[in-house]
Amino acid sequence: MAALSSNLLYIAFILYLVATMFFGGAIKSKKSAEKNGSNKFANLAIMITILGFMSQLGFFITRWIAAGHAPVSNLFEFTTFFGMALVGAFIAIYFIYKAPLLGLFTMPVAILIIAYAAMFPRDISPLIPALQSDWLHIHVTTAAIGEAILAISFAAGLIYLLKVVDQTKKSRSTFWLEVVMYGLISTLGFVAVSTAFSLSDYKAGFQYIDKNGQEAKVEYNLPALVGPNEGNLITKDKLEPVVSTPAIINAKKLNTVLWSLGAGLALYWLIRLMMRKRISASLKPYVKNINLDFVDEISYRSVLVGFPVFTLGALIFAMIWAQVAWTRFWGWDPKEVWALITWLFYAAFLHLRLSKGWHGEKSAWLAVIGFVIIMFNLVAVNLVISGLHSYAG
Amino acid sequence: MNEVKCECGHVNPHGTVICESCGKVLEDSATKRKLLDMRYEGSARRSQTYNKTLVDKIWNFFSSVKVGVTLIVVTLIASSVGTILPQEMYIPQTMTPAEYYEDQYGWFGKLYYDLGFNNLYSSWWYLLLIASIGVSLVICSLDRVVPLYRALKNQRVERHEGFLKRQRLFGLADSPDENSMRQLEENLKSKKYHIRKENGSILAEKNRFSRWGPYVNHIGLIIFLIGGMLRFVPGMYVDELLWIREGETKAIPGTDGKYYLKNNKFIMQTYDKEKDDEVFGAALDRAGTVAKNYQSNVTLYERKGTGVAGESLDLKKVKHEKIRVNQPLKMDNYALYQVDYKLDELSKMHLALQNKKTGEELGTIKVNLYNPDTHYKLKNGYSVEIKSYFPDFEFDENSKPTTKSKVPNNPAFVFKMVTPDKPEGEVSFVAIRQTIEADGDNTYKMAFKGVETKNVAALTVRKDLTLWILGLGGLIFMVGVIQGAYWNHRRLWVRFMDEKAIIAGHTNKNWYGLKRELESVFKETGIQAPVDQLESGKKG
Repeated sequence: MAALSSNLLYIAFILYLVATMFFGGAIKSKKSAEKNGSNKFANLAIMITILGFMSQLGFFITRWIAAGHAPVSNLFEFTTFFGMALVGAFIAIYFIYKAPLLGLFTMPVAILIIAYAAMFPRDISPLIPALQSDWLHIHVTTAAIGEAILAISFAAGLIYLLKVVDQTKKSRSTFWLEVVMYGLISTLGFVAVSTAFSLSDYKAGFQYIDKNGQEAKVEYNLPALVGPNEGNLITKDKLEPVVSTPAIINAKKLNTVLWSLGAGLALYWLIRLMMRKRISASLKPYVKNINLDFVDEISYRSVLVGFPVFTLGALIFAMIWAQVAWTRFWGWDPKEVWALITWLFYAAFLHLRLSKGWHGEKSAWLAVIGFVIIMFNLVAVNLVISGLHSYAG
Repeated sequence: MNEVKCECGHVNPHGTVICESCGKVLEDSATKRKLLDMRYEGSARRSQTYNKTLVDKIWNFFSSVKVGVTLIVVTLIASSVGTILPQEMYIPQTMTPAEYYEDQYGWFGKLYYDLGFNNLYSSWWYLLLIASIGVSLVICSLDRVVPLYRALKNQRVERHEGFLKRQRLFGLADSPDENSMRQLEENLKSKKYHIRKENGSILAEKNRFSRWGPYVNHIGLIIFLIGGMLRFVPGMYVDELLWIREGETKAIPGTDGKYYLKNNKFIMQTYDKEKDDEVFGAALDRAGTVAKNYQSNVTLYERKGTGVAGESLDLKKVKHEKIRVNQPLKMDNYALYQVDYKLDELSKMHLALQNKKTGEELGTIKVNLYNPDTHYKLKNGYSVEIKSYFPDFEFDENSKPTTKSKVPNNPAFVFKMVTPDKPEGEVSFVAIRQTIEADGDNTYKMAFKGVETKNVAALTVRKDLTLWILGLGGLIFMVGVIQGAYWNHRRLWVRFMDEKAIIAGHTNKNWYGLKRELESVFKETGIQAPVDQLESGKKG
């Protein structure tokens, strides 16, 4: 069952890749109308997306059966579920708005998220006592679906910005748009580097002094650019770190971040040199036919639909469960605080839009920032800031 | 108050921009614009009208969405600062917080502590921010909901031409015939519009209730915040910790001695590769030990009688229960949660009175480490007396034995051993793995023979009478937010004037949805659907 499950995930992943290419084809195809660009390519693309989604749903269900609990209990499981929810949200929105362009931008984000998830331990792990509750799947899935719908507004906002930002001259907008592109590419960088070194089975052990002054050991899976505090390489013929960090910093994680950012930078410039222009500029032709008001509307509606779902899953269900498992509905744990921050942010978004008339470009930037906050909560709060939710596995 | 009488005869409150009844634009500045600002229907909001007294100024300050959003953003940033380092409640209690932050995080930790960020979420300024948001919620809502309600209640079917022309969706049709109009009406009805008619003109409207969504959700939030404040009212909230050993019966703190609890057994289980599901094998290999269950088997008692001092305890059994994580024990408004444990705490120590030379044992005593007896009689006239007991022994700064706590982590005793050959007794200090004698020439000693241990469970005792208020607030919030987000208030006006039909449409959000709906509504009527003036304006 477990083996079948992981095969289904592979199939889904490949189908998503294929679907993205077809969405690209749907945009390029001359038949596409201004708005309702449904054509043969688009129909095929959405069919493949749905197949992929079903396959991933199969992965989810079989893994649930194999594990005996909802597979949302560690970082790999949660993140793949988030990716699946994103695809699901996209499919739903596709049937309302028939916008293949949205697929061209949502699917790669979902693919990146699933690939990112796969870099973490994929074993089926047993539940610790705090997680043994039906609220596990109720709370976690609702929160993830809410975040996924909100992420659609990011994709729509990005399309809006790609079209509206003037690429003929350098500006703050072009700079930040490139930063967003670089952020996405760095995720790819992380996946590429992790995969490459895990295939070559890179392992470098260090002995070091931890922050409590105790001797400890750590194993790197990437060559150490930064070594741990007073670290001693104990595996032969591996790279000696260039610098070492103070004990308070987790050197292994910092090393991974540096590798990802470095690989991202290399990939970014590679693409940029090949294209001979900014990445957002080379994406511009894809979005030239889209109606701005239309994507603005999609972006706004995703927030309107996603906000209540997010509130329910990430705050209300979360509080109910916290009362049952941790004796209090709210305890200012970092994950809780960041859920609150996300909620406050989208509340501000809605108020600015409704009352201050922040439509269009401003609203699109807000959608991008919202997604950054969601990603921060997913990545940094789990891996960097430790707390009760650190089930990184 | 100088009210504004519109030419249609309706009397509007002072400050009205668009006549509540006919929609005529009453303020000159608004007539110059191509499209009307339809937020709050151009009604007279107190904050936009008065600005003289201090009350006006405070009202206006808090009724501003700009201020509200600023408060939200400041709270958001402040909240994120509190996650940079762990809050004080999550740090280990091995040293003082001041020492901990500096020791662990250097100068940054010291600064963080000095600025009070270690307890950020209970700081006065953070609470003030939350309170301000609460005030802003109340004032913002009142400032808008009352005039909006008036405007929507008073609106009439035939609206002023200037009003219709300045709607985003607008169209003119050469007097459509009766058939077309009937078809239009039918189409609107099938889309669940309510239709009002006056002199042949039409107002079709649906989902007006969605306009109240924001105010409903704000009420929910206010109830939630009130619930949060009520926690500080005495009697509403209990948060106690009960450490209870196996076999022990204790009064449950926070219940005024009404409830007693006996801990029958504490169980801790870990996953076992051999016994548990084999799919967990790989994960267990990687992670090592993984906890599976923390459980206290307890008996709950209720106290009978008056509880007057001196009266013996009369306990009536209420129930047996297994308290596990995620499965608290509940009684009345209280809940008991499994939160912590300690395995194998020393409970009894076995010692033998021994002749140092011959090694002959003259009897064994069992010392209850929680509450030791002082005298132990052995056979043949031997006896042992405990002169002093140090459950958690250490030497103080004057090298005198003392105890750190009442918990028997490191028990030590001063024994007096009375034997037939030494009737005045020999004194010996005994701690784990050490024996000290006054002059070092005792004949007898107390030899360590073994220990008995017990597990200890830590249970949180919780009473929270605010929960239902918070739940109610949350529920109302969800209702309001869904009401406002998943429906939109749509209106379509058709007015006949000078042989022409003026058509205008409005929605408070989701224009794409309204346009699509109107396209299908106007289909087969022969009337042109109104067009988006914003879009055509952009292109032209």
